[in-house]
Amino acid sequence: MTAATAVSSPALGPESGFVIELTEFSGPLDLLLSLIREEQLDIYDIPIARICEQFVVRIRTLGLNEAAEYLEMAARLLRIKAQMLLPRGDEEAWEDPRAELVRRLLEYQQMREVVDVLERRGEERRNQFSRAYLPQSPAPPQAPLALSLAELLSAVDRVLRTATRPNMHEVVPRALDVPGAIAILRGVLAIKARILWTELVERTAEPWQILSTLLGLLELAKLGELRVAQPRPFADVEITRDAAGEAA
Amino acid sequence: MTPLAKLLEAALFASARPIATDELAALEPEASPAELQSALDDLREHYDVDGHGVELVEIAGGWQILTRAEYTEAIERAQLAARPARLSGAALETLAIIAYRQPIGRAEIEEIRGVGVGSVLKSLHERGLIDVVGRGEGLGRPLLYGTTPVFLEYFALRHLDELPRADELAIALRAARPEPEAAAAATPNE
Repeated sequence: MTAATAVSSPALGPESGFVIELTEFSGPLDLLLSLIREEQLDIYDIPIARICEQFVVRIRTLGLNEAAEYLEMAARLLRIKAQMLLPRGDEEAWEDPRAELVRRLLEYQQMREVVDVLERRGEERRNQFSRAYLPQSPAPPQAPLALSLAELLSAVDRVLRTATRPNMHEVVPRALDVPGAIAILRGVLAIKARILWTELVERTAEPWQILSTLLGLLELAKLGELRVAQPRPFADVEITRDAAGEAA
Repeated sequence: MTPLAKLLEAALFASARPIATDELAALEPEASPAELQSALDDLREHYDVDGHGVELVEIAGGWQILTRAEYTEAIERAQLAARPARLSGAALETLAIIAYRQPIGRAEIEEIRGVGVGSVLKSLHERGLIDVVGRGEGLGRPLLYGTTPVFLEYFALRHLDELPRADELAIALRAARPEPEAAAAATPNE
């Protein structure tokens, strides 16, 4: 938690800190529905200003005002409240800003009814024991292995005879010397602030040397020790010492 | 009881989990489905009419012998068996959504519940009540969840259709609606 929130939270409620357990309500929709039920409101015509105010008061008293989900709902209610206050220009085209909330509340309510069904069925089943009380059914025990020593040895022999030589993989040592190239580049740039790619790589250079230099160059560019620039396509690449990166 | 009913009883007694109807049928290949059903009815009646401490229950597409609820207290007091822990409200809500909307992704569940469900999904998965049944089309190909046979067992459901249909759910709040005028007026505009 940052210092800013730690300071601001006492202003929101008497006790601050994290909300770890929300026992009474399973979420902001649950709280909202219970408010609607308590006040015996019509869900299709929610007095949004009133419910919004109560919601905010309630999350404050319950100490939920730090739970993001409740805060998000509070913000949503405030926005709907503001939208309701705006003048309705065209009565025909006016869309009730509460519609989406109503849809979600109804959906949630429907799900709660399923929860009631599940809870009842689950409780009934809990009160009956099955034949063996086992949290998980174990796998059936393996039948004992009936095998003679001669059979075992002949099996091993068969396996050994059919097995081909293992396919050995040869590890090729990495032919590039990037750390070496970096050391050279740093040395060059310590003397010259600006250098061209063609000056850096000799004509007779081997492919591994060119690649090492290229990788070293990119590495140093990433570290901010130099800049790489190409004025136009296929032109010689300019490498300049990065003063800023050096200073840092 | 018929010999077939006795055979079924023995098999059901030996199993800790519900036995599917076709698995029961495999015990006696000669028996027709009708004979099998009548043997199961026979067994159930035997338990119910003659008075037994157990009953035959149809569960998760199969059959299982369960103790009668009236003896639960005594059995638990004697510490012979323990009832499983109850699911939390959050877990039940999440399960309810998955049961009706499967296959469903996490984001959609969170949208309906209005809260994060990451840890709930994890624990439901660990308990074997839900499983990953596929991947969605959307961004990041989200995991899609569905209920398992263990779910049916936990709630003593024969199959998912035993849950009330979505349109059968009486929405208590819908009764508060004064007149369906607003809905009728809104439809032609769409």
